Amino acid sequence: MKVAILVFPGSSCERDCYHVLTKVFGLESELVWHTETDLARFDAIILPGGSSYGNYLRPGALAKFSPVMDRVIEAAESGTPILGIGNGFQILLEAGLLPGAMLANESLRFQCHPQDIRVEVDRTPFTHGIAPGTLLNLPIAHGEGNYFIDQAGQARLEANKQIALRYVGSNPNGSVSDIAGICNEAGNVVGMMPHPERAAEAVLGSVDGQKIFKALINYWEAKK
Amino acid sequence: MKEPTPLQIRDEKIWRSMGLTEDEYDQICTTLGRLPNYTEVGMYAVLWSEHCAYKHTRPFFKLFPTTGERILQGPGENAGVVDIGDGWAVVFKVESHNHPSAIEPYQGAATGVGGILRDIFTMGARPIAALNSLRLGDLDDEKVKYLFKGIVAGIAGYGNAVGVPTVGGEVYFDPGYAGNPLVNAMAVGLVRHEMITTASASGVGNPVMVVGSETGRDGIHGASFASGELSSDSEEKSPTVQAGDPFVEKLLIEACLEAIESGAVIGIQDMGAAGLTSSACEMASRAGSGIEIDLALVPCREPGMSPYEIMLSESQERMLVVPKKDAVDEVKAIFAKYGLPAVVVGKVTDDGMVRVYDGSDLAAEVPAKSLSTDGAPTYVREAKRPAYLDQTQSFDISTIAEQTDYTQDLLDLLDSPTIASKQWVYEQFDHLVQLNTVVAPGAADAAVLRIKGTKKGIAVTVDGNGRLVYLDPYQGSMGVVAEAARNLVCTGAEPIGLTDGLNFGNPEKPEVYWQLQQAIQGLAEAARELEIPVTGGNASLYNESSGQAIYPTPIIGMVGLIEDIDLRMTSSFKDVNDVIGLLGWPGSELGGSEWLKLKVGEPQGQAPVIDLGREKALQKACLAVIRSGLIKSAHDISEGGLAVCIAESCIQGNLGAEVNLPWPGRLDGLLFGESAARIVISAAPENWDKLHELAAQYGVPLTRLGRVKAEEVVFATAQGWSVISSSVGSLKTAWEQSLPKRLS
Repeated sequence: MKVAILVFPGSSCERDCYHVLTKVFGLESELVWHTETDLARFDAIILPGGSSYGNYLRPGALAKFSPVMDRVIEAAESGTPILGIGNGFQILLEAGLLPGAMLANESLRFQCHPQDIRVEVDRTPFTHGIAPGTLLNLPIAHGEGNYFIDQAGQARLEANKQIALRYVGSNPNGSVSDIAGICNEAGNVVGMMPHPERAAEAVLGSVDGQKIFKALINYWEAKK
Repeated sequence: MKEPTPLQIRDEKIWRSMGLTEDEYDQICTTLGRLPNYTEVGMYAVLWSEHCAYKHTRPFFKLFPTTGERILQGPGENAGVVDIGDGWAVVFKVESHNHPSAIEPYQGAATGVGGILRDIFTMGARPIAALNSLRLGDLDDEKVKYLFKGIVAGIAGYGNAVGVPTVGGEVYFDPGYAGNPLVNAMAVGLVRHEMITTASASGVGNPVMVVGSETGRDGIHGASFASGELSSDSEEKSPTVQAGDPFVEKLLIEACLEAIESGAVIGIQDMGAAGLTSSACEMASRAGSGIEIDLALVPCREPGMSPYEIMLSESQERMLVVPKKDAVDEVKAIFAKYGLPAVVVGKVTDDGMVRVYDGSDLAAEVPAKSLSTDGAPTYVREAKRPAYLDQTQSFDISTIAEQTDYTQDLLDLLDSPTIASKQWVYEQFDHLVQLNTVVAPGAADAAVLRIKGTKKGIAVTVDGNGRLVYLDPYQGSMGVVAEAARNLVCTGAEPIGLTDGLNFGNPEKPEVYWQLQQAIQGLAEAARELEIPVTGGNASLYNESSGQAIYPTPIIGMVGLIEDIDLRMTSSFKDVNDVIGLLGWPGSELGGSEWLKLKVGEPQGQAPVIDLGREKALQKACLAVIRSGLIKSAHDISEGGLAVCIAESCIQGNLGAEVNLPWPGRLDGLLFGESAARIVISAAPENWDKLHELAAQYGVPLTRLGRVKAEEVVFATAQGWSVISSSVGSLKTAWEQSLPKRLS
């Protein structure tokens, strides 16, 4: 399996994802600059965190115009596993690959701390094999992670089993229904605010994030 | 606007409004052999400002120890470089952004972060950590709340967006900083030895390029503004505060590192204070070369900018690059990838002159050396011991009645914003990006970062204590160095280098000059005795508002090396029944303490006496007990004394403690005194005897104080009388809620 990690101007978690995929999991992985127009050689795509285009206008609002996004949309339609983390989630929302929108945290402050998360569905490539109800402790680090969707949209998310992750304990940002991550209807596109790559080595305090990447590997193995 | 002529500048003394003295103006005329024009006077005025030229502090720099076997680059470059083995080196420096932050807290603090990061990556190093040291007035004051929120948001807004973790710092609140807050930013980078790059313009005929943001009219004379006192009309100077763009900075980091890695770059220099003027003359002066630039080629934000404006602009996120002659296109291509302009504006010459053209017109022509730090005048002033010391030193502690119970005092201290948890602050900073933060803010006396691909880690801290320095600049400053080092050794790191940030009032006042002189002597003495080389620093003088100087506040940024990251240490108690011990010498000095501040407000008494021999022995012993694997926690005793130190270890571990004070003396001093050379450790009971022996090998006492309990926190006298009794939950609430409740 070969994983593309997209790099937008202003991305900052691409090296972290690259480190975890290659050094912790030994996966083949490549940093792909946002002007790339061919993603055919990749089996999965990660949109990492950071502040693409300085988060100007709205987080993700400018990155969606990057040339590579046309290929991401095609890949999403063809069923390629795609994961957006933090700012990557925001880009997927702005690009219309996931429903809803992101508001500023209720506190109006950036928040960086460990957070308990519950996995809600196992039908996505990134939660494959993780029993729903499993608790993960993953760091969050965002100023605009307050997920919003209207009631009808929320009902559709519930009905289609698109709510992938929820905050447990306290809701750190005011998101609707404690949503920490969602997937598209098909399940192959996932966006999440917590950072699994920051909890993938024991030396960093938690290895719960490994489960997200292992899920992708297991999904891939199963599909083969 | 028509610029004044050289004659008008002389006759109308226009140089005065730029901050130059008559002697300095005369020196410029002598150097040039003619009257300087408007642009030239402006260039000299900014580069000879206190901020750029260190006119009052430079004569002291020779006191600092600056060499050591790990030192790859000492003072004089953008940042110091220290070897950590395995082909890696760390690059670090501290810098002040006090005046801008007083006027525009968000942008002032944000651009402080941007500037110090540029000092790091111009050395070829990837920034891996940022820290900050903040001092403000009383947090119950509305203006202070506004400044504090803005400063923290500015640091967060900039640091988070550039993907550099903000891993540590310190925050003090004291009315002494009400009119003039202090914002010092520190950054740390990591570089392979072979990638270390310097800021020198060598190779005659090599091109000179301006890269990064376009030049605008912002920040003109910012360095001069930073070199004067704040006054009631300072807010009118907000146009001299630059606005930062962290997005461009992020692109600039990536582009510069890529260009340096490509081998195309000979020298690179940030355009910080004094912008193009300082970068051009510093680069030329370091290389002993000259530089010729044509301002008509510099990309500008708006048309019609004069040479004066372009040379003095402090627009952020710009660099001056000297590439190899045949590598211009390669450099342009790298910057184009990131959407950044990279334009050849001139070339390196061999005649030692900075020659500035505006198209075909010669706009300025000055010897590079005369503009540089080495060419600027220095001042040695009259020093006079301040009269206030007679009053503070005659303070009599017996005027304060002893109490039978100190539980409320402990709660009050934990609730005081200076001592309270800084979670409200550091949670606004992304302190985890880059995946190196193995000891996060709040878990130990310093943050610890791993060095990927090795077993090693580095610990980083920034420390100061203006109240103690105010009471005794010499002892107090030695104490600051000692405490920074103690903070590092409490994580298991051996200190390997320090950077100093000198924040003082107006040095033209004899009393302030005396503080400066005494403080630098103390810093230098401590650095020498503890064998921690000084790799560079920053001076911010004229920190006064309405004629009132701040407390003299030297701050120390320090980096330590941990050979085996698995042996890092944190400050929380870990297990019930573990023995709690004091490593070091018992002490109970209350002078200048936070407890005394609760009782009398103003700093009073004598600052704790620093015995550097004991400090050195203690620090070696602490490293030895950590490396032995026999202890579970180490926490330095500082603000709030022994009681606060133990309370913090309890709160962090969510455990209690039973402590018996085995010494005679005033209880308040034993509990809350801030004597130096003391570290509280905890260990499994079976390791106690071995620890005792180990400490004795270093000549350091280890005193048993008590044990870790499940929930209760109790301090008792030798006779068994309880003097503090609380649950860890109550202590935790006071400590954790202090900032949120004041800032909600």
